[in-house]
Amino acid sequence: MNGTDINANQRLLPIAVAGRLLQRLRGINRLGFALLFLAPSLVIFGAFVFYPLVKALYLGFYETDPFGNQGDFVGIDQYRTVMTSEFFRHSLWVTFLFALYTVPPGILLGLALALLANQKLPGISIFRVMFSSTVATSVAVASLMWLTLLNPSVGLLNYFLVEAGQPRIDWLNDLDWALPAVSATTVWLNLGLAFIVILAGLQAIPEELYESARVEGASGWPLFWHVTLPMLSPTLFFVSVVGTILAFQSFGQIHILTRGGPVDATTVIVYSIWEDAFQRFDYGVASVQAVGLFLLVLGLTVVQIRFLERRVFYQ
Amino acid sequence: MDAAAVARRRGLERYRRWAGYALRYAVLLVVGGIVVFPIYMTVVNSLLSSTSIIAWPPELFPFDPQWDNFKKALDEVPLVRYMLNSLIMSGIIVVGQLVTAALAAYAFAFLRFPGRTLLFVLFLSTLMVPWEVSIVPNFQTIQWLGWLDSYQALTVPFLATGLGTFLLRQHFLTIPRELRDAAAIDGYGHIRFLVFVVLPLSRPVLAALAVFGFLQAWNQYLWPLLVTNEDNMRTVQIGLAALRGREVDTFNITMAATVISALPMLIMLVLFQRQLVRGLTAGALKG
Repeated sequence: MNGTDINANQRLLPIAVAGRLLQRLRGINRLGFALLFLAPSLVIFGAFVFYPLVKALYLGFYETDPFGNQGDFVGIDQYRTVMTSEFFRHSLWVTFLFALYTVPPGILLGLALALLANQKLPGISIFRVMFSSTVATSVAVASLMWLTLLNPSVGLLNYFLVEAGQPRIDWLNDLDWALPAVSATTVWLNLGLAFIVILAGLQAIPEELYESARVEGASGWPLFWHVTLPMLSPTLFFVSVVGTILAFQSFGQIHILTRGGPVDATTVIVYSIWEDAFQRFDYGVASVQAVGLFLLVLGLTVVQIRFLERRVFYQ
Repeated sequence: MDAAAVARRRGLERYRRWAGYALRYAVLLVVGGIVVFPIYMTVVNSLLSSTSIIAWPPELFPFDPQWDNFKKALDEVPLVRYMLNSLIMSGIIVVGQLVTAALAAYAFAFLRFPGRTLLFVLFLSTLMVPWEVSIVPNFQTIQWLGWLDSYQALTVPFLATGLGTFLLRQHFLTIPRELRDAAAIDGYGHIRFLVFVVLPLSRPVLAALAVFGFLQAWNQYLWPLLVTNEDNMRTVQIGLAALRGREVDTFNITMAATVISALPMLIMLVLFQRQLVRGLTAGALKG
């Protein structure tokens, strides 16, 4: 150790510190500049996505008095009682059934339509428009259409039943038929969407793959099983994940067609949240269910985002 | 093989091909017919008189079309006002989303700053929160702001989009960075570069996002139901849904109202089919 080295270090130290400080300052500066671009989105997300999520969790810890005001702190108790309640389990079950009745049939039908419309025929575009036409119908439009078709006295569905020698069914007021009827409406409503996405997936399969498979003598079903389906599987996977998320969030068709009835036979989770929050003004119980819905969808969205990261269209 | 046999075989092949075509078209027609049947019946019902709408067997064709059903529907229900509300709401949401998403996507694609990855993950994480989860606190916020029955309530919560930001950023990343350097030499600041270089290069993605955002906004149901009570602030979906409890013999008017309110979307889909397909398939495919 000699004195000059220490002196040199001592002289350099402030410069090194200043340099690092400057770098940090520049970083903060750059962050500040970037935040100008991000601020509009961040403000909206903060106010209407992140804050309400925390608030929902928080509301779940409080009881609500009969006038809709925040009542006593009950902690985790409210979560426990609601999540283990018969009613919550029932609405989860209905939601699950609803997803089961809408997602797999929707994908199968969408796939069938897409395969039909993927033929090279003159005038095929007319059929493509027909198959995708339900995209033009909103949930209210589709629900009113089906409300008429399902009407017990003048609806066409019952007309067909009577013609076939069967007894009439009061579709939307029947304990066994209400959920399937709402599901059928939903499948039809989402059919255009499923068709469009699956058809785009089909068209993205390179023609050479089919050609080389045909050279090897494949055609018909084997061609479908060994070329089309594997190539289409990412699209089908995406459609099923997004479809399930959408099914879990369904509300409009139930609000219009059945009001959750008969006897809660169609009370899916979002309908139950709405009823508790805005008919009974029990924000606490509604919030617990909302947190339940969040957890339910969370896993599925993680899968969806993973998927988005891996394969994204560049225009 | 003699000539006659060859000719016969060719004839058979042609016949077979022709029959194959006929079969394919027949299948397409039947399936297409089933898919559009509810729409067809809605149009038929909207043209029936109040006596034929309750007739048994149901009438499958409007032999005596009652065109004034549409006039009656417009007189009975303030449909024009509802549709205008929906249009204003959807328009504001689309423009707002494009602006906020373009700005944010620009920062993520072209700016270097500490915490970029973290902030990007934060943006993506908004996709994980279904809107339905936040309706209670959001309703309270809107109530607290005094925004019930206003366009602010219908639009402000939707002015940012995680998915849109993500898709735009992905596209911006395909724009060569040399362009930014060249523009900087020309004295372009970031905003000018974004508006005059990046955005024009991203027109297809912006169009897809716009059409997709419009469709989503137009079809909103739960939120407008909560924050609007006054008739003159109602969106078309809510106004239409209020017709659900009408008597059977006025179904024709209900169906006429349904047809009228479905028209704008139908027209938009015909006009912007390509953008819609692109918007809907975003993320599902590699292009």
